[in-house]
Amino acid sequence: MTSNGFWSMGGYARYVWPCFGFALAVLAWNLWSARRHLCAARLRARRELQMAGIDP
Amino acid sequence: MWTWFYKLASPPYVYGVAAALVPWFLGGAALALMYGLIAGLAIAPPDYQQGEAYRMIYVHVPSAVLSLTVYTVMAAASAVALIWRIKVGHAVAAAAAPVGASFTILALVTGSLWGRPMWGTYWAWDPRLTSELILLFLYVGVMSLRSAFEEPSRGDRAAALLATVGIVNVPIVHFSVVWWNSLHQGATIVKLGTPSMPGSMLWPLLSMWLGFMLFFAAVLCLRLQGEVLNRERQSTWVREAVKS
Repeated sequence: MTSNGFWSMGGYARYVWPCFGFALAVLAWNLWSARRHLCAARLRARRELQMAGIDP
Repeated sequence: MWTWFYKLASPPYVYGVAAALVPWFLGGAALALMYGLIAGLAIAPPDYQQGEAYRMIYVHVPSAVLSLTVYTVMAAASAVALIWRIKVGHAVAAAAAPVGASFTILALVTGSLWGRPMWGTYWAWDPRLTSELILLFLYVGVMSLRSAFEEPSRGDRAAALLATVGIVNVPIVHFSVVWWNSLHQGATIVKLGTPSMPGSMLWPLLSMWLGFMLFFAAVLCLRLQGEVLNRERQSTWVREAVKS
């Protein structure tokens, strides 16, 4: 497949590339939100331990 | 024989195992997705009917399969939590729901993008599309129900009940193309007999499938750690866990 043919996807580029772009966005959001969820839970647990007078 | 099962009921054990597995799942997912993308986009030949448009299969099929797999995991974890009163089951179900919902949206959006050039429309009230949309509503319902109660344990139980009952929609989505007349094509890979795809198209698809599954496992482990910490933050083992 030539470079032009690759990017044009046989005339279906406006369907194929948004499809892969959206998939990338969903994967990135999942990873980011899962990490943020874990960090928030750790922070919350640390704060509660500190408030209870236990230094984690 | 059942020791491993009983161990899974222990929050600190689950937290530790999930933390240890994340890098392995993420590494495996990265490798499988990289091969699947390169082979699927650049090496696999075009389809004789759909031309290059069929390449959307490399994200549409794995996301659609994952939407059903995640729901099955969520329903099984909910059933375990309801039947054996294992709290980790609720944590697994809560961790899986947003991931499953996001992959259901991905399956619907990529399906619409594929439908426009092939069927001439982004959306049709077709049995497969409609049952997949109902699956999304079930995910949203389970998440909403969990957060609708002031007492978290009541929210957990209500969400687990809905998730368990909602499993009936999974075979409906899968067999909708067999049971009713549908615009959607029939099974290509998961069916009796050999897959109706040549190896040059099939291997990248299987690799993307594996990559999505491993990615889900990694994200589930990350979310599960957060869920377990949120639910167990009064426990003494959490003190050690949040040190790092």
